[in-house]
Amino acid sequence: MTDSAARTAGWFADVDPDEFDGLDDRDAGDARDARDGSTVVTAIREGQTETPQDWPTLAVDDEFADDEAAYYDRLHDATMAATRAAVTEREAADDRQLVHAVRAMDDCERTANELAERLVEWAGTVDPDAGTGVSFARELARGDHELESESEPITSLAERVVDLADEAADLREFVERQTPTIAPNLAALAGPVLAARLISLAGGLEDVAKKPSGTIQVLGAEDALFAHLRGHAPSPKHGLIYVHDAVRGTHPDERGSAARAVAGKLSIAARVDHYSGERKPELDAELAERIETIQARTAEDGDRGDSGGETDE
Amino acid sequence: MSDDLPAGVERHPFDGTDRLATRGDPVYGEPTDGDWRAWNPTRSKLGAMLELEMDTGLEGGDEETVLYLGAASGTTVSHVADFAGPTYAVEFAARPARDLLETAASRPRLFPLLADARKPATYAHVVESNVDAIVQDVATRGQARVALENRRFLADDGRLLLAIKARSEDVTRDPEDVFADVRAELEAEYEILETSRLEQYHADHLGVVARPRSQ
Ligand SMILES: C[S@@+](CC[C@H](N)C(=O)[O-])C[C@H]1O[C@@H](n2cnc3c(N)ncnc32)[C@H](O)[C@@H]1O
Repeated sequence: MTDSAARTAGWFADVDPDEFDGLDDRDAGDARDARDGSTVVTAIREGQTETPQDWPTLAVDDEFADDEAAYYDRLHDATMAATRAAVTEREAADDRQLVHAVRAMDDCERTANELAERLVEWAGTVDPDAGTGVSFARELARGDHELESESEPITSLAERVVDLADEAADLREFVERQTPTIAPNLAALAGPVLAARLISLAGGLEDVAKKPSGTIQVLGAEDALFAHLRGHAPSPKHGLIYVHDAVRGTHPDERGSAARAVAGKLSIAARVDHYSGERKPELDAELAERIETIQARTAEDGDRGDSGGETDE
Repeated sequence: MSDDLPAGVERHPFDGTDRLATRGDPVYGEPTDGDWRAWNPTRSKLGAMLELEMDTGLEGGDEETVLYLGAASGTTVSHVADFAGPTYAVEFAARPARDLLETAASRPRLFPLLADARKPATYAHVVESNVDAIVQDVATRGQARVALENRRFLADDGRLLLAIKARSEDVTRDPEDVFADVRAELEAEYEILETSRLEQYHADHLGVVARPRSQ
Protein backbone atom coordinates (compact mmCIF):
# COMPACT_ATOMS: atom_id res chain seq x y z
CA MET A 1 0.00 0.00 0.00
CA THR A 2 1.35 3.45 -0.85
CA ASP A 3 1.40 6.11 1.81
CA SER A 4 -1.52 8.01 0.35
CA ALA A 5 -3.61 4.89 -0.05
CA ALA A 6 -2.77 3.99 3.53
CA ARG A 7 -3.75 7.42 4.76
CA THR A 8 -7.20 7.29 3.23
CA ALA A 9 -7.93 4.24 5.35
CA GLY A 10 -7.34 6.15 8.61
CA TRP A 11 -10.29 7.51 10.57
CA PHE A 12 -9.05 11.11 10.07
CA ALA A 13 -8.85 10.95 6.27
CA ASP A 14 -12.09 12.82 5.59
CA VAL A 15 -12.37 14.67 8.86
CA ASP A 16 -12.15 18.44 8.90
CA PRO A 17 -9.84 19.50 11.77
CA ASP A 18 -12.16 22.48 12.43
CA GLU A 19 -14.82 20.08 13.57
CA PHE A 20 -12.95 19.59 16.81
CA ASP A 21 -13.93 23.00 18.06
CA GLY A 22 -16.88 22.37 20.29
CA LEU A 23 -16.62 18.60 20.25
CA ASP A 24 -15.54 18.85 23.85
CA ASP A 25 -18.59 20.82 24.97
CA ARG A 26 -20.86 18.37 23.31
CA ASP A 27 -18.99 15.62 25.01
CA ALA A 28 -19.76 17.02 28.42
CA GLY A 29 -23.36 17.86 27.65
CA ASP A 30 -26.44 15.74 27.25
CA ALA A 31 -25.49 12.51 25.54
CA ARG A 32 -28.41 12.95 23.18
CA ASP A 33 -26.61 15.84 21.48
CA ALA A 34 -23.78 13.55 20.56
CA ARG A 35 -26.01 11.48 18.33
CA ASP A 36 -25.82 13.83 15.36
CA GLY A 37 -24.07 12.87 12.17
CA SER A 38 -20.87 14.80 12.71
CA THR A 39 -18.24 13.40 10.41
CA VAL A 40 -15.86 12.73 13.31
CA VAL A 41 -18.31 10.46 15.07
CA THR A 42 -19.27 8.74 11.83
CA ALA A 43 -15.63 8.27 10.83
CA ILE A 44 -14.81 6.50 14.09
CA ARG A 45 -17.99 4.45 14.26
CA GLU A 46 -18.35 3.39 10.66
CA GLY A 47 -14.86 3.32 9.27
CA GLN A 48 -13.26 -0.05 8.49
CA THR A 49 -9.95 -1.31 7.27
CA GLU A 50 -8.20 -4.65 7.46
CA THR A 51 -4.72 -3.49 8.37
CA PRO A 52 -3.72 -0.98 11.02
CA GLN A 53 -1.08 1.63 10.13
CA ASP A 54 1.09 4.07 12.00
CA TRP A 55 -1.83 6.51 12.18
CA PRO A 56 -0.15 9.15 14.37
CA THR A 57 2.72 9.58 11.89
CA LEU A 58 0.45 9.50 8.85
CA ALA A 59 -1.88 12.07 10.40
CA VAL A 60 0.99 14.46 11.08
CA ASP A 61 2.38 13.96 7.52
CA ASP A 62 -1.10 14.62 6.24
CA GLU A 63 -1.26 17.86 8.25
CA PHE A 64 -4.32 16.64 10.10
CA ALA A 65 -2.46 17.49 13.31
CA ASP A 66 0.65 19.55 14.02
CA ASP A 67 2.38 16.86 16.00
CA GLU A 68 1.78 13.52 17.64
CA ALA A 69 0.52 15.07 20.89
CA ALA A 70 -2.05 17.12 19.00
CA TYR A 71 -3.08 14.00 17.09
CA TYR A 72 -3.69 12.06 20.30
CA ASP A 73 -5.65 14.98 21.77
CA ARG A 74 -7.96 14.86 18.77
CA LEU A 75 -8.17 11.10 18.87
CA HIS A 76 -9.29 11.34 22.50
CA ASP A 77 -12.03 13.85 21.67
CA ALA A 78 -13.11 11.77 18.70
CA THR A 79 -13.25 8.39 20.46
CA MET A 80 -15.02 9.90 23.48
CA ALA A 81 -17.71 11.52 21.32
CA ALA A 82 -18.14 8.48 19.08
CA THR A 83 -18.31 5.99 21.93
CA ARG A 84 -20.73 8.16 23.88
CA ALA A 85 -23.00 8.35 20.85
CA ALA A 86 -22.76 4.62 20.23
CA VAL A 87 -23.46 3.73 23.86
CA THR A 88 -26.48 6.02 24.05
CA GLU A 89 -27.89 4.65 20.84
CA ARG A 90 -27.39 1.01 21.78
CA GLU A 91 -28.91 1.45 25.22
CA ALA A 92 -31.93 3.28 23.84
CA ALA A 93 -32.42 0.56 21.24
CA ASP A 94 -32.30 -2.15 23.93
CA ASP A 95 -34.80 -0.27 26.10
CA ARG A 96 -37.20 0.14 23.22
CA GLN A 97 -37.14 -3.56 22.42
CA LEU A 98 -37.99 -4.35 26.02
CA VAL A 99 -40.76 -1.77 26.19
CA HIS A 100 -42.44 -3.18 23.07
CA ALA A 101 -42.03 -6.74 24.30
CA VAL A 102 -43.62 -6.13 27.70
CA ARG A 103 -46.48 -4.16 26.17
CA ALA A 104 -47.11 -6.89 23.61
CA MET A 105 -47.02 -9.45 26.43
CA ASP A 106 -49.66 -7.55 28.41
CA ASP A 107 -51.82 -7.11 25.29
CA CYS A 108 -51.64 -10.83 24.51
CA GLU A 109 -52.50 -11.81 28.09
CA ARG A 110 -55.38 -9.38 28.34
CA THR A 111 -56.76 -10.34 24.92
CA ALA A 112 -56.43 -14.05 25.69
CA ASN A 113 -58.39 -13.56 28.91
CA GLU A 114 -61.09 -11.46 27.29
CA LEU A 115 -61.54 -13.92 24.45
CA ALA A 116 -61.57 -16.80 26.92
CA GLU A 117 -64.46 -15.11 28.74
CA ARG A 118 -66.33 -14.77 25.46
CA LEU A 119 -65.56 -18.41 24.64
CA VAL A 120 -66.85 -19.65 27.99
CA GLU A 121 -70.04 -17.68 27.64
CA TRP A 122 -70.60 -19.09 24.15
CA ALA A 123 -69.67 -22.65 25.05
CA GLY A 124 -72.08 -22.44 28.01
CA THR A 125 -74.97 -22.17 25.54
CA VAL A 126 -74.24 -25.60 24.01
CA ASP A 127 -72.74 -27.38 27.03
CA PRO A 128 -73.74 -26.91 30.68
CA ASP A 129 -70.37 -28.38 31.79
CA ALA A 130 -68.18 -25.71 30.14
CA GLY A 131 -65.22 -24.75 32.30
CA THR A 132 -63.68 -21.34 32.76
CA GLY A 133 -60.83 -19.21 31.43
CA VAL A 134 -57.81 -20.00 29.32
CA SER A 135 -57.47 -23.45 30.86
CA PHE A 136 -60.90 -24.37 29.49
CA ALA A 137 -59.82 -23.09 26.07
CA ARG A 138 -56.84 -25.43 26.31
CA GLU A 139 -59.02 -28.43 27.17
CA LEU A 140 -61.25 -27.70 24.22
CA ALA A 141 -58.40 -27.15 21.81
CA ARG A 142 -56.64 -30.35 22.90
CA GLY A 143 -59.86 -32.33 22.73
CA ASP A 144 -59.73 -33.14 26.46
CA HIS A 145 -63.20 -31.68 26.78
CA GLU A 146 -65.86 -32.48 24.23
CA LEU A 147 -68.78 -30.13 23.87
CA GLU A 148 -72.18 -31.75 24.22
CA SER A 149 -73.08 -30.51 20.83
CA GLU A 150 -70.08 -30.23 18.56
CA SER A 151 -69.37 -26.67 17.34
CA GLU A 152 -66.66 -25.94 14.81
CA PRO A 153 -66.49 -22.14 15.42
CA ILE A 154 -66.27 -22.55 19.20
CA THR A 155 -63.36 -24.99 18.91
CA SER A 156 -61.62 -22.72 16.44
CA LEU A 157 -61.99 -19.77 18.80
CA ALA A 158 -60.52 -21.91 21.59
CA GLU A 159 -57.46 -22.57 19.43
CA ARG A 160 -57.03 -18.83 18.89
CA VAL A 161 -57.17 -18.24 22.67
CA VAL A 162 -54.51 -20.89 23.25
CA ASP A 163 -52.24 -19.40 20.57
CA LEU A 164 -52.51 -16.00 22.20
CA ALA A 165 -51.81 -17.39 25.66
CA ASP A 166 -48.75 -19.24 24.29
CA GLU A 167 -47.54 -16.09 22.60
CA ALA A 168 -47.90 -14.23 25.90
CA ALA A 169 -45.85 -16.94 27.64
CA ASP A 170 -43.09 -16.70 25.01
CA LEU A 171 -43.01 -12.94 25.37
CA ARG A 172 -42.82 -13.28 29.14
CA GLU A 173 -39.82 -15.56 28.75
CA PHE A 174 -38.16 -13.03 26.46
CA VAL A 175 -38.79 -10.24 28.98
CA GLU A 176 -37.44 -12.38 31.82
CA ARG A 177 -34.30 -13.08 29.86
CA GLN A 178 -33.79 -9.57 28.50
CA THR A 179 -34.52 -7.32 31.49
CA PRO A 180 -31.52 -8.47 33.58
CA THR A 181 -29.13 -7.60 30.74
CA ILE A 182 -30.59 -4.10 30.45
CA ALA A 183 -31.26 -3.35 34.11
CA PRO A 184 -29.56 -6.02 36.27
CA ASN A 185 -30.24 -4.39 39.63
CA LEU A 186 -33.78 -3.26 38.93
CA ALA A 187 -34.58 -6.74 37.61
CA ALA A 188 -33.14 -8.38 40.72
CA LEU A 189 -35.00 -6.13 43.14
CA ALA A 190 -38.34 -5.86 41.36
CA GLY A 191 -38.36 -9.12 39.42
CA PRO A 192 -37.79 -8.92 35.67
CA VAL A 193 -41.41 -8.44 34.62
CA LEU A 194 -42.24 -5.71 37.11
CA ALA A 195 -38.94 -4.03 36.23
CA ALA A 196 -39.83 -4.12 32.55
CA ARG A 197 -43.27 -2.67 33.26
CA LEU A 198 -41.75 0.20 35.23
CA ILE A 199 -39.34 0.89 32.36
CA SER A 200 -42.22 0.74 29.91
CA LEU A 201 -44.44 3.10 31.93
CA ALA A 202 -41.64 5.60 32.50
CA GLY A 203 -40.60 5.49 28.83
CA GLY A 204 -37.12 4.00 29.26
CA LEU A 205 -34.52 3.06 31.86
CA GLU A 206 -33.08 6.57 31.83
CA ASP A 207 -36.53 7.94 32.64
CA VAL A 208 -36.90 5.60 35.63
CA ALA A 209 -33.41 6.63 36.79
CA LYS A 210 -34.32 10.30 36.64
CA LYS A 211 -37.64 10.10 38.46
CA PRO A 212 -37.88 10.77 42.20
CA SER A 213 -38.80 7.66 44.17
CA GLY A 214 -42.20 9.17 45.06
CA THR A 215 -43.07 9.10 41.37
CA ILE A 216 -41.91 5.51 41.02
CA GLN A 217 -44.18 4.61 43.92
CA VAL A 218 -47.29 5.73 41.98
CA LEU A 219 -46.21 4.75 38.45
CA GLY A 220 -49.10 2.87 36.94
CA ALA A 221 -51.69 4.35 39.28
CA GLU A 222 -53.21 6.22 36.33
CA ASP A 223 -53.84 2.95 34.51
CA ALA A 224 -55.46 1.55 37.60
CA LEU A 225 -57.60 4.67 37.79
CA PHE A 226 -58.91 4.11 34.27
CA ALA A 227 -59.59 0.48 35.05
CA HIS A 228 -61.49 1.63 38.11
CA LEU A 229 -63.55 4.10 36.07
CA ARG A 230 -64.39 1.31 33.64
CA GLY A 231 -65.58 -0.67 36.61
CA HIS A 232 -62.89 -3.38 36.55
CA ALA A 233 -60.90 -2.48 39.61
CA PRO A 234 -61.08 -1.02 43.08
CA SER A 235 -60.10 2.59 43.62
CA PRO A 236 -56.36 2.90 43.08
CA LYS A 237 -54.14 4.42 45.69
CA HIS A 238 -51.04 2.74 44.49
CA GLY A 239 -48.91 2.15 41.53
CA LEU A 240 -47.51 -0.97 39.99
CA ILE A 241 -45.12 -1.65 42.83
CA TYR A 242 -48.00 -2.77 45.05
CA VAL A 243 -47.73 -6.14 43.34
CA HIS A 244 -44.16 -6.46 44.69
CA ASP A 245 -43.92 -9.35 47.17
CA ALA A 246 -42.40 -7.10 49.81
CA VAL A 247 -45.47 -4.86 49.69
CA ARG A 248 -48.10 -7.56 49.32
CA GLY A 249 -46.50 -9.62 52.04
CA THR A 250 -46.65 -6.76 54.52
CA HIS A 251 -49.53 -6.12 56.90
CA PRO A 252 -51.93 -3.58 55.37
CA ASP A 253 -51.19 -1.05 58.13
CA GLU A 254 -47.57 -0.94 57.07
CA ARG A 255 -47.97 -1.30 53.31
CA GLY A 256 -47.45 2.40 52.76
CA SER A 257 -44.04 2.25 54.48
CA ALA A 258 -43.14 -0.91 52.60
CA ALA A 259 -44.09 0.69 49.29
CA ARG A 260 -41.97 3.73 50.10
CA ALA A 261 -39.00 1.53 50.99
CA VAL A 262 -39.38 -0.53 47.81
CA ALA A 263 -39.76 2.56 45.63
CA GLY A 264 -36.66 4.09 47.22
CA LYS A 265 -34.50 1.03 46.56
CA LEU A 266 -35.85 0.53 43.03
CA SER A 267 -34.99 4.11 42.29
CA ILE A 268 -31.40 3.57 43.43
CA ALA A 269 -31.23 0.31 41.46
CA ALA A 270 -32.41 2.07 38.29
CA ARG A 271 -29.77 4.75 38.73
CA VAL A 272 -26.99 2.20 39.20
CA ASP A 273 -28.22 0.34 36.12
CA HIS A 274 -28.38 3.45 34.01
CA TYR A 275 -25.18 5.13 35.08
CA SER A 276 -22.88 2.18 35.67
CA GLY A 277 -24.57 -1.08 34.76
CA GLU A 278 -22.70 -2.90 37.49
CA ARG A 279 -24.63 -5.45 39.51
CA LYS A 280 -24.65 -4.57 43.21
CA PRO A 281 -25.99 -7.51 45.23
CA GLU A 282 -25.81 -5.47 48.43
CA LEU A 283 -28.93 -3.60 47.26
CA ASP A 284 -30.96 -6.82 47.56
CA ALA A 285 -29.77 -7.32 51.12
CA GLU A 286 -30.51 -3.72 52.07
CA LEU A 287 -34.07 -3.93 50.80
CA ALA A 288 -34.66 -7.27 52.51
CA GLU A 289 -33.39 -5.85 55.78
CA ARG A 290 -35.54 -2.74 55.49
CA ILE A 291 -38.67 -4.78 54.79
CA GLU A 292 -37.91 -7.10 57.67
CA THR A 293 -37.77 -4.11 60.02
CA ILE A 294 -41.07 -2.79 58.72
CA GLN A 295 -42.77 -6.17 58.95
CA ALA A 296 -41.46 -6.67 62.48
CA ARG A 297 -43.48 -3.64 63.60
CA THR A 298 -46.79 -5.39 62.92
CA ALA A 299 -45.54 -8.71 64.14
CA GLU A 300 -44.89 -7.13 67.55
CA ASP A 301 -48.44 -5.94 68.03
CA GLY A 302 -50.03 -8.64 65.92
CA ASP A 303 -53.23 -8.65 68.00
CA ARG A 304 -54.25 -5.31 66.53
CA GLY A 305 -55.96 -7.17 63.73
CA ASP A 306 -56.13 -5.88 60.20
CA SER A 307 -58.63 -3.13 60.77
CA GLY A 308 -58.71 -0.48 58.12
CA GLY A 309 -56.29 -2.30 55.91
CA GLU A 310 -58.61 -3.75 53.31
CA THR A 311 -58.96 -0.52 51.40
CA ASP A 312 -55.32 -0.86 50.48
CA GLU A 313 -56.10 -3.61 47.99
CA MET B 1 9.71 -14.49 36.78
CA SER B 2 10.49 -10.86 37.23
CA ASP B 3 10.45 -8.46 40.10
CA ASP B 4 10.69 -5.41 37.87
CA LEU B 5 7.48 -3.48 37.81
CA PRO B 6 6.74 -1.18 34.86
CA ALA B 7 7.74 2.46 35.46
CA GLY B 8 4.78 4.18 37.07
CA VAL B 9 3.72 1.07 39.00
CA GLU B 10 5.01 0.86 42.54
CA ARG B 11 4.44 -0.88 45.80
CA HIS B 12 2.96 1.84 47.91
CA PRO B 13 1.83 1.66 51.54
CA PHE B 14 -1.91 1.93 52.19
CA ASP B 15 -2.82 1.76 55.87
CA GLY B 16 0.51 0.13 56.59
CA THR B 17 0.31 -2.54 53.87
CA ASP B 18 2.35 -2.34 50.68
CA ARG B 19 0.14 -2.75 47.63
CA LEU B 20 0.53 -2.35 43.89
CA ALA B 21 -0.42 1.18 42.92
CA THR B 22 -0.48 3.69 40.08
CA ARG B 23 -1.08 7.42 40.03
CA GLY B 24 -4.38 8.70 38.64
CA ASP B 25 -8.02 9.49 39.39
CA PRO B 26 -9.71 6.75 41.44
CA VAL B 27 -12.17 4.60 39.48
CA TYR B 28 -13.71 1.77 41.49
CA GLY B 29 -13.61 2.87 45.10
CA GLU B 30 -10.02 1.66 45.60
CA PRO B 31 -8.01 3.11 48.52
CA THR B 32 -5.96 6.17 47.68
CA ASP B 33 -3.03 7.97 49.24
CA GLY B 34 -2.37 11.35 47.69
CA ASP B 35 -2.12 10.66 43.93
CA TRP B 36 -1.57 6.95 44.46
CA ARG B 37 -4.41 4.50 44.00
CA ALA B 38 -4.20 0.86 45.02
CA TRP B 39 -4.42 -1.72 42.23
CA ASN B 40 -6.53 -4.61 43.48
CA PRO B 41 -5.26 -7.93 42.04
CA THR B 42 -8.49 -9.71 42.95
CA ARG B 43 -10.37 -7.38 40.62
CA SER B 44 -7.79 -7.30 37.87
CA LYS B 45 -6.12 -10.17 36.02
CA LEU B 46 -3.21 -8.02 34.89
CA GLY B 47 -2.83 -6.86 38.50
CA ALA B 48 -2.68 -10.53 39.53
CA MET B 49 -0.08 -11.28 36.85
CA LEU B 50 2.11 -8.47 38.21
CA GLU B 51 1.58 -9.63 41.80
CA LEU B 52 2.68 -13.10 40.75
CA GLU B 53 5.81 -11.54 39.24
CA MET B 54 5.16 -12.79 35.74
CA ASP B 55 7.50 -11.19 33.24
CA THR B 56 5.01 -9.04 31.33
CA GLY B 57 7.66 -7.07 29.46
CA LEU B 58 5.71 -3.90 30.26
CA GLU B 59 8.04 -0.95 30.71
CA GLY B 60 5.68 1.94 31.36
CA GLY B 61 6.17 5.52 30.20
CA ASP B 62 4.57 7.81 27.65
CA GLU B 63 6.01 5.95 24.67
CA GLU B 64 4.48 2.60 25.48
CA THR B 65 1.37 1.82 23.43
CA VAL B 66 -1.25 -0.70 24.56
CA LEU B 67 -4.33 -2.29 23.04
CA TYR B 68 -6.68 -3.51 25.76
CA LEU B 69 -9.40 -6.01 24.76
CA GLY B 70 -12.39 -6.44 27.08
CA ALA B 71 -12.03 -3.19 29.00
CA ALA B 72 -15.44 -3.45 30.74
CA SER B 73 -15.96 -0.43 32.99
CA GLY B 74 -12.25 0.32 33.04
CA THR B 75 -11.00 -1.18 36.30
CA THR B 76 -7.74 -2.51 34.88
CA VAL B 77 -7.34 -0.33 31.83
CA SER B 78 -7.43 2.74 34.06
CA HIS B 79 -4.27 1.52 35.79
CA VAL B 80 -2.69 0.72 32.42
CA ALA B 81 -3.44 4.23 31.16
CA ASP B 82 -1.94 5.59 34.39
CA PHE B 83 1.48 4.04 33.75
CA ALA B 84 1.61 3.59 29.94
CA GLY B 85 1.25 5.93 26.98
CA PRO B 86 -1.52 5.78 24.32
CA THR B 87 -3.96 3.06 25.41
CA TYR B 88 -6.80 1.80 23.22
CA ALA B 89 -9.68 0.23 25.18
CA VAL B 90 -12.07 -2.05 23.30
CA GLU B 91 -15.33 -3.16 24.94
CA PHE B 92 -18.47 -4.40 23.23
CA ALA B 93 -21.14 -4.14 25.95
CA ALA B 94 -22.84 -0.75 26.13
CA ARG B 95 -23.51 -0.50 29.88
CA PRO B 96 -19.96 -0.98 31.12
CA ALA B 97 -18.72 1.19 28.26
CA ARG B 98 -20.65 4.07 29.80
CA ASP B 99 -18.43 3.78 32.90
CA LEU B 100 -15.39 3.40 30.74
CA LEU B 101 -16.15 6.83 29.29
CA GLU B 102 -16.02 8.32 32.75
CA THR B 103 -12.70 6.62 33.43
CA ALA B 104 -11.33 7.92 30.14
CA ALA B 105 -12.55 11.48 30.70
CA SER B 106 -9.68 12.23 33.10
CA ARG B 107 -7.13 10.23 31.07
CA PRO B 108 -6.26 12.03 27.83
CA ARG B 109 -4.31 9.07 26.40
CA LEU B 110 -7.03 6.49 27.02
CA PHE B 111 -9.17 5.95 23.92
CA PRO B 112 -12.48 4.11 24.49
CA LEU B 113 -13.99 2.12 21.62
CA LEU B 114 -17.32 0.31 21.57
CA ALA B 115 -16.38 -2.58 19.31
CA ASP B 116 -16.24 -6.36 19.05
CA ALA B 117 -12.73 -7.72 19.57
CA ARG B 118 -13.53 -10.55 17.15
CA LYS B 119 -13.83 -7.94 14.38
CA PRO B 120 -10.56 -5.99 14.35
CA ALA B 121 -11.36 -4.50 10.93
CA THR B 122 -13.96 -2.33 12.69
CA TYR B 123 -11.25 -0.55 14.70
CA ALA B 124 -8.06 -0.97 12.67
CA HIS B 125 -8.73 2.49 11.16
CA VAL B 126 -8.34 3.92 14.69
CA VAL B 127 -5.91 1.70 16.58
CA GLU B 128 -2.32 2.19 15.44
CA SER B 129 -0.03 -0.60 14.28
CA ASN B 130 2.93 -1.95 16.27
CA VAL B 131 1.55 -1.57 19.76
CA ASP B 132 3.93 -2.72 22.49
CA ALA B 133 1.38 -4.82 24.33
CA ILE B 134 -2.03 -6.37 23.88
CA VAL B 135 -3.80 -7.03 27.14
CA GLN B 136 -6.75 -9.36 26.70
CA ASP B 137 -9.45 -10.20 29.24
CA VAL B 138 -12.62 -10.89 27.27
CA ALA B 139 -14.00 -13.81 29.29
CA THR B 140 -15.97 -15.12 26.37
CA ARG B 141 -15.92 -18.19 24.12
CA GLY B 142 -13.15 -18.19 21.55
CA GLN B 143 -10.48 -16.43 23.58
CA ALA B 144 -7.64 -17.85 21.46
CA ARG B 145 -9.27 -16.65 18.26
CA VAL B 146 -9.54 -13.12 19.64
CA ALA B 147 -5.80 -13.17 20.36
CA LEU B 148 -5.01 -14.48 16.87
CA GLU B 149 -7.27 -11.94 15.14
CA ASN B 150 -5.60 -9.08 16.98
CA ARG B 151 -2.04 -10.21 16.25
CA ARG B 152 -2.03 -7.66 13.39
CA PHE B 153 -1.77 -4.78 15.90
CA LEU B 154 1.20 -6.12 17.82
CA ALA B 155 4.81 -5.12 17.22
CA ASP B 156 7.09 -8.05 16.37
CA ASP B 157 8.84 -7.65 19.72
CA GLY B 158 5.58 -6.84 21.53
CA ARG B 159 3.83 -8.92 24.17
CA LEU B 160 0.44 -10.54 24.42
CA LEU B 161 -0.72 -10.55 28.05
CA LEU B 162 -3.69 -12.83 28.14
CA ALA B 163 -6.02 -13.99 30.89
CA ILE B 164 -7.87 -17.15 29.90
CA LYS B 165 -11.05 -17.94 31.78
CA ALA B 166 -11.72 -21.67 31.56
CA ARG B 167 -15.40 -21.44 32.34
CA SER B 168 -16.01 -19.07 29.43
CA GLU B 169 -14.92 -21.79 27.00
CA ASP B 170 -16.70 -24.70 28.61
CA VAL B 171 -18.11 -24.90 32.13
CA THR B 172 -18.17 -28.65 32.17
CA ARG B 173 -14.56 -29.41 31.22
CA ASP B 174 -11.52 -29.60 33.44
CA PRO B 175 -9.87 -26.15 33.30
CA GLU B 176 -6.48 -27.74 32.58
CA ASP B 177 -7.87 -29.32 29.40
CA VAL B 178 -9.37 -26.02 28.32
CA PHE B 179 -6.06 -24.23 28.91
CA ALA B 180 -4.20 -26.86 26.89
CA ASP B 181 -6.55 -26.35 23.94
CA VAL B 182 -6.32 -22.58 24.06
CA ARG B 183 -2.54 -22.75 24.26
CA ALA B 184 -2.36 -25.10 21.31
CA GLU B 185 -4.50 -22.73 19.26
CA LEU B 186 -2.36 -19.74 20.25
CA GLU B 187 0.81 -21.52 19.10
CA ALA B 188 -0.21 -20.92 15.49
CA GLU B 189 0.88 -17.30 15.74
CA TYR B 190 2.39 -16.82 19.17
CA GLU B 191 5.29 -18.22 21.08
CA ILE B 192 4.25 -18.73 24.69
CA LEU B 193 6.89 -17.42 27.08
CA GLU B 194 5.29 -17.97 30.45
CA THR B 195 2.04 -19.19 31.98
CA SER B 196 0.76 -19.15 35.52
CA ARG B 197 -2.50 -20.06 37.19
CA LEU B 198 -4.04 -16.95 38.74
CA GLU B 199 -5.86 -19.14 41.28
CA GLN B 200 -4.81 -17.11 44.28
CA TYR B 201 -6.77 -14.14 42.90
CA HIS B 202 -9.05 -15.52 40.18
CA ALA B 203 -10.50 -19.04 40.16
CA ASP B 204 -9.93 -21.08 37.00
CA HIS B 205 -7.94 -18.45 35.15
CA LEU B 206 -4.62 -18.87 33.39
CA GLY B 207 -2.27 -15.93 32.84
CA VAL B 208 -0.25 -16.13 29.63
CA VAL B 209 2.67 -14.05 28.34
CA ALA B 210 3.41 -14.60 24.66
CA ARG B 211 5.18 -12.94 21.76
CA PRO B 212 4.31 -13.06 18.08
CA ARG B 213 6.14 -15.62 15.96
CA SER B 214 8.19 -13.95 13.28
CA GLN B 215 6.41 -14.36 9.96
C1 LIG C 1 -13.92 -10.13 32.80
S1 LIG C 1 -14.56 -8.69 32.02
C2 LIG C 1 -13.17 -7.63 31.87
C3 LIG C 1 -12.74 -6.94 33.14
C4 LIG C 1 -11.67 -5.91 32.84
N1 LIG C 1 -10.66 -6.44 31.96
C5 LIG C 1 -11.01 -5.38 34.08
O1 LIG C 1 -10.16 -6.08 34.64
O2 LIG C 1 -11.33 -4.27 34.45
C6 LIG C 1 -14.78 -9.20 30.36
C7 LIG C 1 -15.29 -8.11 29.44
O3 LIG C 1 -15.07 -8.49 28.10
C8 LIG C 1 -16.14 -8.05 27.32
N2 LIG C 1 -16.17 -8.83 26.10
C9 LIG C 1 -16.55 -10.11 25.94
N3 LIG C 1 -16.45 -10.47 24.65
C10 LIG C 1 -15.98 -9.38 23.97
C11 LIG C 1 -15.67 -9.13 22.61
N4 LIG C 1 -15.83 -10.07 21.69
N5 LIG C 1 -15.24 -7.91 22.28
C12 LIG C 1 -15.07 -6.95 23.22
N6 LIG C 1 -15.35 -7.14 24.51
C13 LIG C 1 -15.80 -8.34 24.90
C14 LIG C 1 -17.34 -8.24 28.23
O4 LIG C 1 -18.41 -7.40 27.82
C15 LIG C 1 -16.78 -7.87 29.59
O5 LIG C 1 -17.00 -6.52 29.87
